[in-house]
Amino acid sequence: MSAIQYIKDIYGAVKSLLIGMKQTGYYFTHHKEIITQNYPEEKQQLAERFRGEVVMTHDSNNEHKCTGCTACELACPNGTIKIVTKFEQTPEGKKKKAIDKFVYHLELCTMCNLCVVACPTDAIKMDQAFEHSVFDRSQLTKVLNKPGSKIMEGVE
Amino acid sequence: MLEEVSAIDQGDMIINIGPQHPSTHGVLQLVVTLNGETIKKVEPHLGFIHRSIEKMCESLTYRQFIYVTSRMDYLSSHINNHGCALCVEKGMQIEIPERAKVIRVLMDELTRIASHELWWGAMAMDLGAFTPFFLSFRERETITDIMEDTCGARLTMNYIVPGGVMVDLHPDFQRKVKAFIKLFREKADQYNELVTGNIIFQSRMKNVGVLSKEDAISYGCTGPTARGSGVNCDIRKLYPYEIYDQLKFDEVIETGCDSFSRYLVRVKEMYQSISIIEQLIDNIPEGDFQAKTKAVLKLPKGEFYTRVETARGELGVYIVSEGATTPYRIKFRSPGFSNLSALNHMAKGGKIGDLVAMMGTLDLVIPDIDR
Repeated sequence: MSAIQYIKDIYGAVKSLLIGMKQTGYYFTHHKEIITQNYPEEKQQLAERFRGEVVMTHDSNNEHKCTGCTACELACPNGTIKIVTKFEQTPEGKKKKAIDKFVYHLELCTMCNLCVVACPTDAIKMDQAFEHSVFDRSQLTKVLNKPGSKIMEGVE
Repeated sequence: MLEEVSAIDQGDMIINIGPQHPSTHGVLQLVVTLNGETIKKVEPHLGFIHRSIEKMCESLTYRQFIYVTSRMDYLSSHINNHGCALCVEKGMQIEIPERAKVIRVLMDELTRIASHELWWGAMAMDLGAFTPFFLSFRERETITDIMEDTCGARLTMNYIVPGGVMVDLHPDFQRKVKAFIKLFREKADQYNELVTGNIIFQSRMKNVGVLSKEDAISYGCTGPTARGSGVNCDIRKLYPYEIYDQLKFDEVIETGCDSFSRYLVRVKEMYQSISIIEQLIDNIPEGDFQAKTKAVLKLPKGEFYTRVETARGELGVYIVSEGATTPYRIKFRSPGFSNLSALNHMAKGGKIGDLVAMMGTLDLVIPDIDR
């Protein structure tokens, strides 16, 4: 290796390092761009489609749209949903199938959205809540239909 | 290609790297036989994160099994789902709408950029530069936000279903992707200045972990690992799926065969993915995002195989069907497993300090290797 080549190599090395240091210097002097957030105090607005947990929508009359067809139960890959049905007496004296309990195991759920897609009446949807920490695992098993709720008129 | 197990000579030392080690990016254990500082043998021990995904898929229906594959190569989960959906569609002979095809390709390329961005940051961090890790995560965040808007999740999207995609694009999608393209073009040049041109970085990568073209082929390497050795193996070019045959992009090939060429392939691939997105983002055709399919999917009796190009290489999905609602047998040909098998050959004779550079340029994702 000639002496000129040796000096050229040193020059190239120092130059490449200085180019890199220029970037470092830029970020050192331009620190206005803040990309982090103080999480528990400041909360970011989550996307409207964000999948946090499955919820059942109820209207102001405490009525839901779930017919108990178990399409979501069959679509779920993990056995997260368990639907317990009962028979209700209609005014005409006929027996009609209705849901008793819509049991949802949050601890098994992977938020894959397959149950929401499978639902023929749009009774369930995904909610943005994501802070699911609890002290006991049994608290993660939820009943999604509110107590005393019944099926909306006209939903079959 | 089984290598002769060399007897341990006097003075040799056997050390474990992993299963819990910052540079292994997961639970990979490497049993390294050393003579002084020189590596004599590297023996990867697998199975720490084996979840028997292939077996699990046998008990799930053709709609359900796709979500599990997000958990294999979690950095290119979209492309995994894509491969599975393609295989089911091939068996059912479902024709999917043009809009769904374009959306799928757009999402695939965004995922590829996100994956390479994360790799770039982690690679630089392995070699001692800490800042690039934060810089790459900042840009990757933009992509995960786009994914969150449309798909509803940031990492395990489960957006692709047999027959198309699950839901339509978010109204903000085009605007956000265009903003990302602008941001990426601005920042990527800065990053090349910061890392690629750096003399220390180059000296640690050049002539390290040499894998010749012949060896890359015989070990079954695919993806950027093999393209860094001059192997022509891009599935998007060789066996085009969806609309890749109508798009203009180059297959990035470097012939340096060392760690630095593999690095350059991935960096240049990000620019190719950006150019694919630029071609498509203004030309998303109107129409349905999902083809009409039966409620219960039943593949006809037979064997089906499709392959896609993930961020790490060729992913093969092989389904054996007996005509039932669940597959009889599923096999995934994961790119990471074959790429890892070349590590012993690459590392032999090298120095222990260079092992991290070799592992980094293989872009290992351990759940993909173990499945």
